[in-house]
Amino acid sequence: MADLLVVTNVTKRFGGLAALDDVSLSVGEGEIYGLIGPNGAGKTTLFNCMTGLYSVTSGQVLLSGAAVQGLKPHQIVTRGFARTFQNIRLFANMTALENVMVGRHARTRAGVLGAVIRGARTRAEEAAIHDKARELMDYVGLKNKGRGLAGHLPYGDQRRLEIARALATEPRLLALDEPVAGMNPIERRQMGELFLKLRAGGVTLLLIEHDVKLVMGLCDRVAVLDYGRKIAEGEPESVRKDPAVIAAYLGGEAA
Amino acid sequence: MDIFTQQLINGLVLGSIYALVALGYTMVYGILELINFAHGEVTMIGAMVALTVIGVLMGVAPDLPGLMVVFGGLLIAIPACMALAFGIEKIAYRPLRRAPRLAPLITAIGVSIILQNLAMLVWGRQYVSFPPILPRGQHEILGAHITDLQIFIVVLSFSLMAGLWLLVERTRLGRAMRATAQSREVAELMGVNVDRVISATFVIGAAIAAIAGVMVSAYYGLAHYYMGFMLGLKAFSAAVLGGIGNIAGAMLGGLLLGVIEALGAGYIGDITGGFLGSHYQDVFAFFVLILVLVFRPSGLLGERVASRA
Repeated sequence: MADLLVVTNVTKRFGGLAALDDVSLSVGEGEIYGLIGPNGAGKTTLFNCMTGLYSVTSGQVLLSGAAVQGLKPHQIVTRGFARTFQNIRLFANMTALENVMVGRHARTRAGVLGAVIRGARTRAEEAAIHDKARELMDYVGLKNKGRGLAGHLPYGDQRRLEIARALATEPRLLALDEPVAGMNPIERRQMGELFLKLRAGGVTLLLIEHDVKLVMGLCDRVAVLDYGRKIAEGEPESVRKDPAVIAAYLGGEAA
Repeated sequence: MDIFTQQLINGLVLGSIYALVALGYTMVYGILELINFAHGEVTMIGAMVALTVIGVLMGVAPDLPGLMVVFGGLLIAIPACMALAFGIEKIAYRPLRRAPRLAPLITAIGVSIILQNLAMLVWGRQYVSFPPILPRGQHEILGAHITDLQIFIVVLSFSLMAGLWLLVERTRLGRAMRATAQSREVAELMGVNVDRVISATFVIGAAIAAIAGVMVSAYYGLAHYYMGFMLGLKAFSAAVLGGIGNIAGAMLGGLLLGVIEALGAGYIGDITGGFLGSHYQDVFAFFVLILVLVFRPSGLLGERVASRA
């Protein structure tokens, strides 16, 4: 299994605080890889470093063997890395379908000239964007919900919409930041099914999640962060029994 | 002659020009939360460049019909203004993208002053007159006069506004602009090249401003290196009236402001018993601006700024 994402010795400091301290991990093609850890452990910071929002203090992030440092976020997206957000960040004043259509931006071209002149090619591209967005809405289970404003969708649907929008960029690696937070058990199970469907469709998943049951059930491998350091990595079962992990979650010394 | 109808028509003509310029302010504000004070000067440069080209064209081809000559002027003025706005954004605003908001605002005022002075150096201090080459037909409707030029200005303005509306609502670029306006960071993480979208916003606003500049100078029959200042302030007031950042608001605000101004100028003499005359016309725009800021700072169609993430 080839490594799609390789994080090597990444450190990120904010002033004196090391939010990430020498973190290394690698995600293989086709894996569902879980990233867990207590609040403030640095999970989202790691996402931000990988997607180009933050520049790392030291270390390296490789996507399909190529370094992503110095690339702008939109360039990293074009390399096949998409994400969702812990606190949902949809374009609330646009329709649900338009949100997904924005995601197609990475894979389409028409610019100012096309927008003004609107030749046959531009119109064909626009139609393709529209169709693809519709298809993705169906795929994540939001059939016929495209017309309303994204901000008016129910919470669970908003999470699904974020995934559809990210999928519109045609990612090879999809990073999901707490995708089932605030959902009830039924919704969680449905989301889990969606993740498996995504993987079957050839997308590698990187999952930040607090729901240990979901992570243990879905993930092939799991890494545990605590205070910016990776304290464990491996298959869910072995990680669950790791004394350092138990200590991090329950506090105090390892039993 | 019916003063009310006449002033309504005049106001509509003036208002559609204000609306065009206001669009440039509001689009940039929507995306960057920057008040691009240099936008009025871009309008002025559009008028000046067009007039220069018109002068040259009349010299080389005296037999060319007037409309063609003006069209030729636009053909040069539009790309000139687009290039100018592209340069301004890249050189003056982009380096300050992460600076506190006051810095780019002051810079915008600086750019505005620089452009005014450059224009004064190039075109001089005197008024440049717009040659009387356009059709001068006059029509009568409801007891008021409307000229060919006025009809032309209104029709062209409304077509431009409709076109811009379609661009923003129906195209890939327009979606990217709206997404960027809502969250630059998220738009970027969805693959939108935000720098390019911002450039495009400036460039489109400038193209519209160039046309508006030519309209103004054709309407008043002259252009001046300082004309962008007052025009810019009024268009900015119009944008605030409609709700800055809101494209439909800029259109509505521009039209309303033009009408208010024209009606005000038409009746101020009667109301004050001749104490104040129609040359106090400019007062109304700013009076409206003050009223809006006091009673409805978000503008007619604007959302509350605080509701933005």
